Amino acid sequence: MMILQVQDVTKRFGGLQALTDVTFDLPAGQILGLIGPNGAGKTTLFNVINGVYAPNKGQIIFRGDDITGMPSYEVARRGMARAHQVVRPLHDLTVRENVMVGACFGREGHSLASAVQKADAALAQVGLSGRADQPSGLLNVAQKKRLELARALAARPYLLLLDEVLAGLNPTEITEMVDTILKIRDEGITILMIEHVMQAVMSISDRIIVLDYGQLIATGKPEEVAANPQVIEAYLGDPEMTARLMAE
Amino acid sequence: MQLISSLTDGLLLGFVYGVAAMGLTLIWGVMTVINLAHGPVIALGMFGTYLFFTHLGLNPYLALAPVALFGLLLGFIIYGMAVHRVINAPHLSSLLATFAVNMIIIGLGTAIFSTSPQNIDYSLGSMQIGFLTIPFSRLLATLGAVLFTAALYLFLYFTRPGKAIRAVANNRRAAELMGIPSSQVLALSFGLGTMLAAVAGGLIATFFPFTILSGGPYELKSFVICVLGGLGNPLGALLGGLILGGLEGLIPTFMPVSWVPVVEFGLFVLVLLVKPSGLLGAK
Amino acid sequence: MKFWRQPGFWLPLALVFLWGGIVLVLKQDTIRETTFTVMMFMALASSLNILLGYTGYVSFGHIVFFGLGGYTGFFLISEMGWPLYPAALAGGALSGVIALLVGLAVLRLRGAYFALATIGINEAARAFVSNFGPFGGATGLFVNFSAYEKYGGAGQALWTTFTFLWITTLVVLLVSYLVKHSRFGLGLQAIREDEDAAMVMGVQAPRAKTITYVISAFFPGIIGTLYFFKNGNVEPGDAFQLHMSIEMLVMVMLGGMGTVLGPMVGATAYQGLRGYLLTSPIFKDLHLAVAGLILLLIILFVPAGAVGWVRGRLPALRRVLE
Repeated sequence: MMILQVQDVTKRFGGLQALTDVTFDLPAGQILGLIGPNGAGKTTLFNVINGVYAPNKGQIIFRGDDITGMPSYEVARRGMARAHQVVRPLHDLTVRENVMVGACFGREGHSLASAVQKADAALAQVGLSGRADQPSGLLNVAQKKRLELARALAARPYLLLLDEVLAGLNPTEITEMVDTILKIRDEGITILMIEHVMQAVMSISDRIIVLDYGQLIATGKPEEVAANPQVIEAYLGDPEMTARLMAE
Repeated sequence: MQLISSLTDGLLLGFVYGVAAMGLTLIWGVMTVINLAHGPVIALGMFGTYLFFTHLGLNPYLALAPVALFGLLLGFIIYGMAVHRVINAPHLSSLLATFAVNMIIIGLGTAIFSTSPQNIDYSLGSMQIGFLTIPFSRLLATLGAVLFTAALYLFLYFTRPGKAIRAVANNRRAAELMGIPSSQVLALSFGLGTMLAAVAGGLIATFFPFTILSGGPYELKSFVICVLGGLGNPLGALLGGLILGGLEGLIPTFMPVSWVPVVEFGLFVLVLLVKPSGLLGAK
Repeated sequence: MKFWRQPGFWLPLALVFLWGGIVLVLKQDTIRETTFTVMMFMALASSLNILLGYTGYVSFGHIVFFGLGGYTGFFLISEMGWPLYPAALAGGALSGVIALLVGLAVLRLRGAYFALATIGINEAARAFVSNFGPFGGATGLFVNFSAYEKYGGAGQALWTTFTFLWITTLVVLLVSYLVKHSRFGLGLQAIREDEDAAMVMGVQAPRAKTITYVISAFFPGIIGTLYFFKNGNVEPGDAFQLHMSIEMLVMVMLGGMGTVLGPMVGATAYQGLRGYLLTSPIFKDLHLAVAGLILLLIILFVPAGAVGWVRGRLPALRRVLE
């Protein structure tokens, strides 16, 4: 069963063509990696999928329903959650209270009382249980990333969008985070992830799609994509990226 | 006839409004701060011109030069004391910080000048063009407004500090990376903004009586003008000033003059809602 | 986590309850007048804080709801012969309805654009009311003395008004606490931090903001009616003072945005300071300048406000100083 179908999605900002006829499917239970050079339109694609922007053309089908143009809170309630690249916790609240936001307003819409349990469960999943009562402002970068992930998980989503959750982490933290992501997948949550840490995304994704200048230029298994000449060329504008890609 | 004469009147005044608003919009454009001390600085410009005229016998139009310099320095002081520390804080902080400056100026001004109205007793007579009677004071004020606008334009587009201001307004972080000292540029922009306010005040003082509280209504008008012309767009402010002046001239020929602010502020809210980038703005 | 077991729930209510109770027992007119002013600003600042503190939207012209509600309530009393209580509630209701209609449009604006729009709305409302015949235009409305007779004469009517204000203040503080500690309030705080991210988490931001705007407009409408009934007249210059609107913001900031206790502390401190400066022989002429200087120092150096500062320094007191 396809949990997400993106069909001919086009998005323009004024004269700028951010996405052009992007089409792909995501089967339930898989991890799909979304890669591409900086400015390729990856975050814009996320924003169109979860309703932050309405596309100019095309459709988004989520679990069989057309959600094109729905506001992002409606999409969230239908079971799509997202962890942002830039994490901005509610610094005046504790870690637990932060995660409760996800439980209260996510798919299951919990009351404050029942949200506490869901929040604790999500914190355990990402390994932050020990910090539940701390003010969230005191967390370090890696912990904030985990908090962001816990907030998304507490919403009990069917589909999880991860926007560079590995960015800014050291190698040990990356390994731990990758384990956490795989565990989330094993619980039956489908994952669509934007990632720049190539080794990690290549190793955990079932499939990879590649965006360049707003167009989908490749799709397939990680090893196929890594060998695709078009993909290598797209990354040539970005030598550091190319090096990482070639190192696979 | 009546219509044309009151429209002319309004448009001439509109140039002066435009100068005041340009100061506000310049500050917004560069640092996204709404300067709530704008009104009191306008009032100080009025008093500056008045003091030079009555105590030193200086021609009120020549007095604009020292008043402009004074406005520039005052801007540096306000920026350094009140604005610099809150430049990256949420909007409320800079709003209240500049409002605190507003209170300080009004408080000191009331203690020094009291709140009884003053006026500059300097009549130039008026000019007759057909059926139009235009006081020379209005005409000179318009000329002054145009000169200051032109000077600002030349400064922003053809001098190094002016280009730095535009670069910082465009993208402060990028400008800093290119080695532009953003604190100095911000202080300069704030100074120029208050300078324009003081000059506008000086020009207004040549034809209207005033008190230390008189800047308030012009500050509100400046908000309206800035939004009409697009916040952060100095030339838009001049156009916005003309629109507002024109409306103030035209509306009283249709309906009671007390409806003018209803229309003005109604239009203001409408433009904010429909076209927040201003009538000139892109999309 | 039952709220009635939290000291932070009881503290503000107990303080206001005691204060008002003592004033009612002492029965002195001057104390009542002073307390009326302080309590009025407490309630106004707390209402504003429900929007400003919890959602982060800076309503700069919030006084418009005090003015419009006050005018409506006063009109019902002086022209229609309504009793005070229903008139004040009707004033509040009208402010709420206006906030609903206005909010649907202006709450789409963010940051300084929203603040500017609220200034524009206040000025437009002031100008409109100055031209509005039924509300007496620029001269405003006066209450007929017979209106006070129903309450046992003018003197007794002032006590009745005070009691109503006291109860209103308690209700505002109660609502402020309940909003902050509800699921709804959690959503508002998410909006304050990052509105787009909050929506992505499922918070229905447009609806939540509008409801909050209506709540924070309702109470000023009631308070406006009480205030103008007490004064015996209402005119556009008094009802829509932008200056008073900014003072409300200052009080919220002094005490601490987003706390229940903060606006109370801020209103008391501001009015206390004002009273002191106005009567002090040294500062009398400079009271505005001195107040401005103090405000500036606080914004620059204690931006979290008094309650926020203590909460930050002494985390143990967080459950007490909500």
